[in-house]
Amino acid sequence: MNQPGPPSSIRSVIAASSVGTMIEWYDFYIFGMLSTTISTQFFPRDNPTAALLSTLAIFAAGFIVRPFGALVFGRLGDLIGRKYTFLLTLILMGASTFLIGCVPSYESIGIAAPILVLLLRLLQGLALGGEYGGAATYVAEHAPLNKRGFYTSWIQTTATLGLFVALGVILLVKSNMTDAAFNAEWGGWRYPFWISVLLVGISIYIRLKMKESPMFSKLKAEGKTSVNPLKESFRKKANFKMVLLALFGAVMGQGVIWYTGQFYAQNFLETKCFIEFEQSRTIMLWAIAIATPFFILWGWLSDRVGRKWIMMAGMLLGIITYRPIFSTFLQESSTTYQLKNSREKERTAAVTKKELVKNDSVITTTAAVRLENGFSYTETKIDSINQLQFQQVQRSKTILSDKHLPSSTYWKFIGLVFILILYVTMVYGPIAAFLVEMFPTKIRYTSMSLPYHIGNGVFGGLVPFIGLLLTTTYPSDPLVGLWYPIGVAALCLVIGTLYLTNKIDRNIKD
Amino acid sequence: MIGFKRYFGLLLLLVAPFVIYELVNGAINNIDTAGKKDINNPIIWIIIIAIFTPIAIGLVIFGWYAFRGEYDRVPKSSKELKA
Repeated sequence: MNQPGPPSSIRSVIAASSVGTMIEWYDFYIFGMLSTTISTQFFPRDNPTAALLSTLAIFAAGFIVRPFGALVFGRLGDLIGRKYTFLLTLILMGASTFLIGCVPSYESIGIAAPILVLLLRLLQGLALGGEYGGAATYVAEHAPLNKRGFYTSWIQTTATLGLFVALGVILLVKSNMTDAAFNAEWGGWRYPFWISVLLVGISIYIRLKMKESPMFSKLKAEGKTSVNPLKESFRKKANFKMVLLALFGAVMGQGVIWYTGQFYAQNFLETKCFIEFEQSRTIMLWAIAIATPFFILWGWLSDRVGRKWIMMAGMLLGIITYRPIFSTFLQESSTTYQLKNSREKERTAAVTKKELVKNDSVITTTAAVRLENGFSYTETKIDSINQLQFQQVQRSKTILSDKHLPSSTYWKFIGLVFILILYVTMVYGPIAAFLVEMFPTKIRYTSMSLPYHIGNGVFGGLVPFIGLLLTTTYPSDPLVGLWYPIGVAALCLVIGTLYLTNKIDRNIKD
Repeated sequence: MIGFKRYFGLLLLLVAPFVIYELVNGAINNIDTAGKKDINNPIIWIIIIAIFTPIAIGLVIFGWYAFRGEYDRVPKSSKELKA
């Protein structure tokens, strides 16, 4: 479509596509964010089968099922149309999310519980694999030629907004009840899953009123749609070459930058810096809220200067600054650093607990410490005394947790996470338009969906696993896990710089 | 520049097998049925190696195409792919 449609019609196309995609992301994230509670409810560790199903639910959904969903629904979208396909993925996602919230616990129905949750989680992965390509293609095929980057960038905000809404809903539910009420079998943790059905219902209603993409409709009317989109995408050399280029020259790097900026950062603040739950979440919420408009800015700018260099700049900045930024997190959340700048104000009376483990008597002493600048933490000292060796202290370990940052550090951390998410907006904002322009209409949905989900699901999804692998192999460097996203982004930057073109394909009506 | 693009393709031909070697090596060194971490879990390694193998093959093909000069000129419009 080269002529712009009426503004109101384009606005509703963007709204219908973006809201639905955002809800799909929300649905996908809440499972991950509530994984601790879900594990307790459905996947008890003492049952090996349940533990195996848990592993599959977490890993298979992202790594295998998402790219598979891209193939299944991409093919469908190129055969029957964009509108009905991404309507189907929305229904599938909404239904499986709601049903996860309805499955009784392992205690009530035994092994059927983890099996049902695994199946529903796989359906979620399948639906997510089909959704994004449909939404991006649908919006791009409605957009006027000089605003494709700008309009599709709204779709690009949805993954981050989905994360924002998921964080917000969970925080809201959790803050309105006790931990026991939240974690009970039919407790508050199920509410985010149930809320989904309402959101999906509204989105289905909006999407049902939308028309098919004008480019696809034209192709269909002329009888020029692809007979076998998978074969044309991956067995026709010219197309396959572009699929490989999209993956290794753009999406692979975008995936790791995206995952590091949003998930690795949050996990790092919680598990390496030991910042308390509420502060670590609100740091993310603030940073996301401030950074989200930049998706639109980069999308808009990409219509003027091209997509390539904005994405490459985002990768380069990540490569250069990841280690200094994460090092600052580590340093400024340490008690040593805070004690240099402030003095201890109060220390609550220590609570001591004694228990006997094998031949050791374990004494745990817990105290809450507060500094004058507002920094506080919980200090837990664990002494093991061997009963057989003259009451000698064998081991002594001090754990500092639940750190509450002073206001200045808190806002500095928000600023740093904002910078990390800014890189995400640079690599992610223009990528929908970039992918859409790489492939012809008749195989666009299939061809762009697969590299997207391999880049994000596999390369991005592996960030925590490879991070853990590197940390275990080289334990002396707490930042060693960052070498994986830095390495992948660097390789992608070189490939993208060398082989990608910065030319905007004005006419995608082919 | 074209020469560099081609020889970089050769480098990619080497990167892909190296990645698979590192993954298999990582699996052998870290799988531990008594361990509790994700990296000790054999199922996760099987999934990752299974999904990464075709991706690495894709990188080899990409490197080979680049070496043969098939990316010397990249289509500037999706229209060119229809031909």
